[in-house]
Amino acid sequence: MLEKALTGSKKYWTWIFFLLILSGIGTFAYLKQFSYGLGITGLSRDVSWGLYIGQFTFLVGVAASGVMLVLPYYLHNFKQFGKITILGEFLAIAAVTMCILFIFVDMGQPMRIMNVMLYPTLNSVMFWDSVVLGGYLFLNLIVGWTVLGADSKGIAPPKWVKPLIYLSIAWAPSIHTVTAFLYAGIPGRHFWLTAIMAARFLASAFAGGPALLIILALIIRKFTKFDPGKEAVQTLGKIVTYFMITNVFFVGLELFTAFYSGIPGHMHPFKYLFVGLEGAHKLVPLMWASVIMAIVSLLILIFPAARKNESVLAVACAMVFLSLWIDKGFGLIIGGFVPNMFETVTEYWPTLPETLITIGVWAIGFLVLTVLYKIAISVREETAGIEIEH
Amino acid sequence: MSMNRREFLKIAGISTIAGLGSVSLFSRLQDKTLEAAPYLQNPEAMKARRWGMVIDVSKFRDEDYKKVIEVCHRTHNVPDFKNPKDEIKWIWTDTFKHTFPGQEHEFMPQEIKERNFLLLCNHCANPACVRVCPTKATFKRQDGIVMQDMHRCIGCRFCMAACPFGARSFNYRNPREFIKEENENKEYPARMIGVVEKCTFCTERLAIGKMPACVEAAPKGGLIFGDMDDTNSEVRKALKENYTIRRKPELGTEPSVFYVIGGNGYAVVPEKS
Repeated sequence: MLEKALTGSKKYWTWIFFLLILSGIGTFAYLKQFSYGLGITGLSRDVSWGLYIGQFTFLVGVAASGVMLVLPYYLHNFKQFGKITILGEFLAIAAVTMCILFIFVDMGQPMRIMNVMLYPTLNSVMFWDSVVLGGYLFLNLIVGWTVLGADSKGIAPPKWVKPLIYLSIAWAPSIHTVTAFLYAGIPGRHFWLTAIMAARFLASAFAGGPALLIILALIIRKFTKFDPGKEAVQTLGKIVTYFMITNVFFVGLELFTAFYSGIPGHMHPFKYLFVGLEGAHKLVPLMWASVIMAIVSLLILIFPAARKNESVLAVACAMVFLSLWIDKGFGLIIGGFVPNMFETVTEYWPTLPETLITIGVWAIGFLVLTVLYKIAISVREETAGIEIEH
Repeated sequence: MSMNRREFLKIAGISTIAGLGSVSLFSRLQDKTLEAAPYLQNPEAMKARRWGMVIDVSKFRDEDYKKVIEVCHRTHNVPDFKNPKDEIKWIWTDTFKHTFPGQEHEFMPQEIKERNFLLLCNHCANPACVRVCPTKATFKRQDGIVMQDMHRCIGCRFCMAACPFGARSFNYRNPREFIKEENENKEYPARMIGVVEKCTFCTERLAIGKMPACVEAAPKGGLIFGDMDDTNSEVRKALKENYTIRRKPELGTEPSVFYVIGGNGYAVVPEKS
């Protein structure tokens, strides 16, 4: 099926070329980082994780969200998702690819990455995270490719793929739970030491991921002959709404515990993020942008009439996605490090090379996504009108 | 259920392979000898069940701290990047407020408020850094010292996120270019770019029967180092005779570094020994 990605319109190739340029720039910036060291980033002794790990965390959520298409179709026989589960699975593949790349560019000694497998350490959450992420990538590759291959031939997929599909449904929450455990099990970082972290991760993932899927579905409808379906988009809109409400609720729970208990260590990170602490307030505008977008998007989403207008829905979804990207891809990580272990404030801001590397990884991810979606859409276009049987 | 000979042999063969495979996998996982260990034991080597340290801050003046820090950093080729962002430090000083967050109050003796305290790796009995390391590059030795294998570390910095004491530094840049040639200790290796490092309680000195460099450089009685499992050790005597506190004991990491705050209730300016 790969050959389907090799033929395309001028627009398709321009887009591919654009992504290649961005990933080229990112690769060049990475080579700089490789020789100079991570000192080229804004990271420091006090804030030792930043943009890279934030992107990783956020994208694990995007990867897990593919299950929001797979589960209703395979467990509840929700037919409208039948033709687009592949979009969720292929998005998961692209997202996990980015996750792996973000971990790679964050490592001080990337050539030793296999040490994680050579010296398996069962007490390290990071070991388990690599296991569940690798497993999830593998499951989605096998399932997505096999089912799409069967669709392209107009036959039902082989029977052995069903158990793998059910496994992937159970697997999806695990990747984001284990990723939350990276943070939630660390003593001494008040912002992260919260039992609700994994639940909050899942809520934000199942809001942000489907929001992105809606935008992608609308783009696909605009530029190709494949229509993901009006009802499918509307159902995804409901999923985004419910999970965004849940996510905002969970954030409210965190705020209550921190501020009603009045424990300084619990309040400080929130203060730093939203009003600034000891004269340091680099993240304040970003965090408020996140809050405002969350509120405005919810005001749109909770009214069915507004949600039914697809252009309005697209705007709301873009706001959900951006709001969660700031919250999880940035605020969550930095809030864990500010104030530091001595209750003093060292701020962090990404440097230019760091930003270029980040953009480069996203470009590679979108390249993978574009190629995979091109294949899936070509199959759907060719087999339009034929009922699929999964 | 019936099965023919061929099927039986097939299943028997597969289960044997699976069984042997998992046995060897699990025995490897439990194999404690995977930890790095010195292959040659020096008869002079200092031994303990659990090394620990008592810091009597009343014995120190700022210039004493300076000396201790300089000796440690020279001994271990700790680079000086001249900027706080890339900073590497094994031992350093800070105020009471920052050393013991949440313990300070406005009516404390001015002397304690303004005094500096010595900070270093706590060599916790229940270290969070060891728990999170995905490659066992940081591990606890049998004598309680939390060690770092610079050749295995992948530079993921999970340990830096996990350590509640900010004891760990990362080589954000190539350290070799920032060790002054006249300061270089040829007996001790420099690190490479992209690995995490910290105080080791001078394992290399203990192995040849010497006290840690900081203990030797400190004013008399300022740093008491010894076996916490030995009731007759200097460390245990100091712990018995003085009221001591530890940094963030509520986190359960069980630090092995204790502080005597100002000896007899008040910090007194020490006499020159």
